[in-house]
Amino acid sequence: MIRETGWGRYRNYIGVIIFAVVVGLVPVLAKKYVHVMTLIGIHSIVTMGLCLLMGYAGQISLGQAAFYGLGAYSSAILTVKFFPWLSVQMGQPDLESWWVWPWVAILVGMVFTAMVAYFIGAPILRLRGNYLAMATLGFGIVVHGIFKGFGLDFVRNITGGGTGIPGVPRLAIGSFAFWPKEIYYYLVWATTLLVLLLSLNIVNSRVGRALRSVHGSEVAANTLGIDTDRYKLQVLVLSAIFASVAGSFYAHYMTVAAPDAHSYGFTASVNLLVMAAIGGLASIWGAPFGAAAVILIKDTIRDVMPKLLKYASGEHEIIAFGLILVLIMIFMPDGVTVWLVDAVRRTRRRTA
Amino acid sequence: MDGTILKTVNLRKEFGGVVAVMDVSFEVERGEILAIIGPNGAGKTTLFNLISGVHPLTGGEIYFKGQRLNGLKPHVISSLGIARTFQNVQLFGNMTVLENVMVGRHHRSSYGLLAAALRLPRARAEEQEIIAKAREYLSMVGLAERAELNALSLPFGQQRMLEIARAMATEPEVLMLDEPGAGLNRPEKEELARLVEQIRQGGVTVLLVEHDMEFVMGLADRIIVLDYGEKIAEGTPAEVQNNPRVIAAYLGEEDVGFLRP
Repeated sequence: MIRETGWGRYRNYIGVIIFAVVVGLVPVLAKKYVHVMTLIGIHSIVTMGLCLLMGYAGQISLGQAAFYGLGAYSSAILTVKFFPWLSVQMGQPDLESWWVWPWVAILVGMVFTAMVAYFIGAPILRLRGNYLAMATLGFGIVVHGIFKGFGLDFVRNITGGGTGIPGVPRLAIGSFAFWPKEIYYYLVWATTLLVLLLSLNIVNSRVGRALRSVHGSEVAANTLGIDTDRYKLQVLVLSAIFASVAGSFYAHYMTVAAPDAHSYGFTASVNLLVMAAIGGLASIWGAPFGAAAVILIKDTIRDVMPKLLKYASGEHEIIAFGLILVLIMIFMPDGVTVWLVDAVRRTRRRTA
Repeated sequence: MDGTILKTVNLRKEFGGVVAVMDVSFEVERGEILAIIGPNGAGKTTLFNLISGVHPLTGGEIYFKGQRLNGLKPHVISSLGIARTFQNVQLFGNMTVLENVMVGRHHRSSYGLLAAALRLPRARAEEQEIIAKAREYLSMVGLAERAELNALSLPFGQQRMLEIARAMATEPEVLMLDEPGAGLNRPEKEELARLVEQIRQGGVTVLLVEHDMEFVMGLADRIIVLDYGEKIAEGTPAEVQNNPRVIAAYLGEEDVGFLRP
């Protein structure tokens, strides 16, 4: 909890500022990490939503990448197809690539994804444990199927089928473009830090306690006047909105929305889950570190495996990744972040 | 005592074919301490679950201050003014002692997700008040010093006290305690009895399920006895003690000593 007096009350803000300075120095001091750090920032946003949903409210989601994909596809479809078409229809062809459209698309994507989360959440959140896991898994697979076109021509015409939608424009305000990637990096991380701050505020609030009480004991929460169904739905919608924003940012970064499983399919959902788990499910601060750990581990494996094994393929990478995860979960069940903090405390006690 | 605050009419609960509560009717007077006793499996806890809305009713009716509670969700019943504790303590293990009580202030405050995320002045002001009130209720049960500890790190007796503080933080008119003395030692039970008496002095009606008969006899104004889901007796401790049906129901139980004058 946040102490309301003294320096303690600014703890979160101070933490965020220090974090911001470190992150802000990356393009200046370590240019070659800008790409990887941008991906980490984008995934942190999704992971923080997942932490609120899983670590605090105790509701599992194996389909979070679907919300992420809905954001990416909303941005891509609206900016590449719909808004140019609309501009022409309105007799304003010079507005075809107006800088305002991508931002409108991000907002529309957020609202649309929130609505989807709301309507699937109402029936799905009645389920518990494994059943909720299966339902969200199914949801993720169906949505990914829609991205791929579902074998239906009219769906394929909208989502671009297997090739997806290329040509997503860069973000800009007026004539100021958020590009090259060092500039886009700052946009992504400013958003990530904002989401971090909002999430921390939520956790340490009346709403955050209500969410945690659902996890702690749903019956007790109910008898204390908490409408647990309502809060579960709220946090699902919120996590979907986070995922949607991140998806939009990803589409504008890659300039394409394509339905490969690593971005929006089941694999992606599992990756997100792992990021949340490694960071520590009940730790908002853990999310960026979890995202960083997964992305860096995967990169390292991709570099190292071919050197270790002559015929290393994608499968070997998955096996190595799985092994590392199992080890982390055995030795650091509360996540890497919590483990590190404890380790620091332990050594400090030993030296004291 | 000024009138009935809670009333059940032919309350019935069946689990599959088993009748756990069989057409039980009783009234609770405002300001009294009413104990519900009975052998194991008599349906005492089920009765609490029905009143607090945790289980749906099979039949009958519940009225709180004249309002019918049938079919209302637990969180609505709670906000009307009925709080409870649990036989197997249900604290939030992912929170501190203070935060547990702060959850009890949930429907006495109102700021929502957006105000929380942006930490609007309204949210901050309400949060201050939530903390102040929660500390008050912690002091009431003597746990003010332990506010920052994890709730489950408390010894069991204090966990029970914390659960009562959390329930009281909702500012209920009726407090239902489900075996509050179970697992407590003698001095802890005496402290508990004092606390219950203090709560009643504060104007809260107390309904309690209990196994420890000595404890109940000294504390309750009236007693209802359940056996196999059926109400077999009702009256003052003295009346119940001498009721032949009650004595028969408890024969075979190891602890019948309390029934002898």
